[in-house]
Amino acid sequence: MIVFDNVSKRYPGGHDALKSLSLRLERGQMAFLTGRSGAGKSTLLKLIALIERVSNGQILIDGFNLSRLPRRRIPFLRRRLGLIFQDHHLLTDRTVFDNVALPLVITGLGHREVGRRVRAALDKVGLLGKERALPLTLSGGEQQRVGIARAVVHKPPVLLADEPTGNLDPELSREIMGLFEQFNQVGVTVLVASHDRDLISSLSYPMFTLREGRLVPDEVPLPA
Amino acid sequence: MNHGRNPSARRATRTGLLQVPERVRGFFLHNAQVLIASLGRLYRNPVSTIMTASVIGIALALPAGLLVMLDNLQRLSTGWDGSATISVFLQQTVGDSAANQLAKEFRTWPEIRNVRTIPRDEALAEFRALSGLGDALDALEENPLPAVLVVQPEDSHADAGAAQALADKLRLRSQVDIAQLDLQWVKRFAALMETGKRSVLIVGALLGLAVLLIVGNTIRLDIQNRKAEIVVTKLIGGTDAFIRRPFLYTGLWYGVLGAVQAWLLVELSFWLLAAPVEQLAGLYESSFLLRTLDVGEIANLLIMGATLGLAGSWLAVGRHLSTIEPR
Repeated sequence: MIVFDNVSKRYPGGHDALKSLSLRLERGQMAFLTGRSGAGKSTLLKLIALIERVSNGQILIDGFNLSRLPRRRIPFLRRRLGLIFQDHHLLTDRTVFDNVALPLVITGLGHREVGRRVRAALDKVGLLGKERALPLTLSGGEQQRVGIARAVVHKPPVLLADEPTGNLDPELSREIMGLFEQFNQVGVTVLVASHDRDLISSLSYPMFTLREGRLVPDEVPLPA
Repeated sequence: MNHGRNPSARRATRTGLLQVPERVRGFFLHNAQVLIASLGRLYRNPVSTIMTASVIGIALALPAGLLVMLDNLQRLSTGWDGSATISVFLQQTVGDSAANQLAKEFRTWPEIRNVRTIPRDEALAEFRALSGLGDALDALEENPLPAVLVVQPEDSHADAGAAQALADKLRLRSQVDIAQLDLQWVKRFAALMETGKRSVLIVGALLGLAVLLIVGNTIRLDIQNRKAEIVVTKLIGGTDAFIRRPFLYTGLWYGVLGAVQAWLLVELSFWLLAAPVEQLAGLYESSFLLRTLDVGEIANLLIMGATLGLAGSWLAVGRHLSTIEPR
């Protein structure tokens, strides 16, 4: 589902964010991506969503070869992904309902179907009663759950999360991870970037550890 | 965003039929929604909308009003064109009966509509009345004035060239002393009108360019203000066309609203002018009435406004939307 083959990313200015990285995540798998800040976690996720392009190597996502994907096809790749960000990227001038509906609206889905799916997604994250609220009136944990509802409302086969629990307390973080596990159980491929090692080591999923743009074998503990 | 129910869409979804037509209908439905939504957005910012639309309105009203004004003047002058006549002064030796004979012959010419004879006595009486030289004329032993034929050409021969040719033809007759056509002022007036029209078109083109830039700049600011929304829409897979659409429709609305304002401004100006023009026409014993924009011209104005608005936003969208990418 997600294949990195010898991928390098050098930013303009010469910073090497990823160096000859190869990894593989099978369909329906869930895994964590960890490492210190600046180790390349965000870059790796950005390459998958084509927010950045690779400098070298190849990435295959759900059958798309990203190196050969022309600019105008990028939207259709992104519709196959669910993206979750640390700062949620919610539109503050729209209701929770409208925020969550956006991925469906861009595909031209009918009203009734949009309403049905949005309510299903909000129900899943436990925010069914808040559909008329504006995002800024919600707590941090609720906002993150709106972001998750938006990421899954169009039933993408791949879910990518970049530090989804970065601003949340341990209990809320555990809840959010529980949501990801539920999505994984229905067949969604999930890749979560997080530096919260306590949290992710309490869950039994494969872990990709990055250090200075390279993958390190998981059994090698990070230096303290 | 409005999430009202659409019964026909509901039916199609339930039966699972008409997959492609539903897509097509969805496309038009979405366009209609965005069209209304962008108007709604303008309505929620009334002050800036009215200001922008007013600038566009004034810029469009100026050339539109001037063109209609010129057209009014031209309409006034077509009445004069038709009254172009040739004064044929006969030789002194030609008597009234011979003059009548000649007039009768001229009337049979296809290029002549009518001939009026002014006998020598009548010419003298008229001259006496108008000149105030009555006593001096009485001192003359005989009438010094020739008979005159006033020739009115057919409409088909009323333009400057044909009327001149007719005058030349009339002059060939031995009884004719002078055949005089004075169309100089008509030509000058036509040239003046042409100059005026050209000037208005140049001013109109410049103001059209101004409208383009105004809309472009307004949309550019709009794009900057909605940067977050554009980034999020791109991240979740919104196509460029989807993102472009609300801005294009906003530009369209600016153009249309500006054109409506221009229409109202022209009507208002002509309403203010109507009374003095009527007075002026009365002084010239004319029933001339000032004409304002007709239906076709209003339609043209609206189309012009919409086109300029759309083009202006297209320029802004093309330049600025691609620079906003998720980081």
